[in-house]
Amino acid sequence: MTRTRWVSLFVGLLFGVGLVISGMTRPDKVIGFLDVAGAWDPSLMFVMGGGVAVYAVAWQIVRRWKAPLVAPAFALPTRRDIDGRLVAGAALFGLGWGIGGYCPGPALVSVPSGQSAVLVFVAAMVAGMQIFRVWDARGRAASAT
Amino acid sequence: MEFGWIIAPLVGGLQIGGASAITLAANGRIAGTSGILAGTMRPTDDRGDRVAFLVGLLAVGAVAPFVMPSAFEGGVDRSYPALILAGLLVGFGTQLGNGCTSGHGVCGLSRGSPRSMVATGTFMLTGGIAAFVVGHLLGGAL
Repeated sequence: MTRTRWVSLFVGLLFGVGLVISGMTRPDKVIGFLDVAGAWDPSLMFVMGGGVAVYAVAWQIVRRWKAPLVAPAFALPTRRDIDGRLVAGAALFGLGWGIGGYCPGPALVSVPSGQSAVLVFVAAMVAGMQIFRVWDARGRAASAT
Repeated sequence: MEFGWIIAPLVGGLQIGGASAITLAANGRIAGTSGILAGTMRPTDDRGDRVAFLVGLLAVGAVAPFVMPSAFEGGVDRSYPALILAGLLVGFGTQLGNGCTSGHGVCGLSRGSPRSMVATGTFMLTGGIAAFVVGHLLGGAL
């Protein structure tokens, strides 16, 4: 196994433990956080807060490096423009998150627990990704002709 | 004041941030779950890394129910059609918008990306609207 693959495996384990401990795998907590008009549960704000705190420090250090520690080069997003696809995509994602109470990471971590709700959600999420691929490829083909 | 309720989310958040920071520092990439998952389903140059990440997530998910069963409780009253709709929206939306809570909400915000700030504000807003509609207008079930 390559070294980047070992890193990714370790990252998946640590990320997964973080998701489980944080409460993000409980739809009732997620919905209690998103619904500020109900009995608002602000605790999940600290998940994003903790994540951003660590990552922001790491970013300030790593952004000065010429190359990452293991992989040969950085492969980071560079776009800064706000377009309709970004806003529409985020809006649709948010609706799904608020309806089901799962975003992609917590849903995947919950798959082995075998709850039928999670399995149905994840199957539909994978289908949604595939539908996007087909739809996007068609759009590109149509605009190219 | 009792601060115990903050500890678990904060510790989990620090671990998520740490895992994402390791991805940045070691592999030079963004740790975005939706993008990683989608990239395992088409030919990508780092497909093996993506699969390894998913194996890690699923391995935790296989053990965690025995260690911390409460983390997998708290299911909400949603029918299969509602869950299918939610899953389709999350799958399609994250691909159209190039990211989810991890890629935009943790990595992008921390990097000061204007795209991620707009995306995060948008999905928090529509997530709040959906939760409000289901919770208050539809009686908490869908």
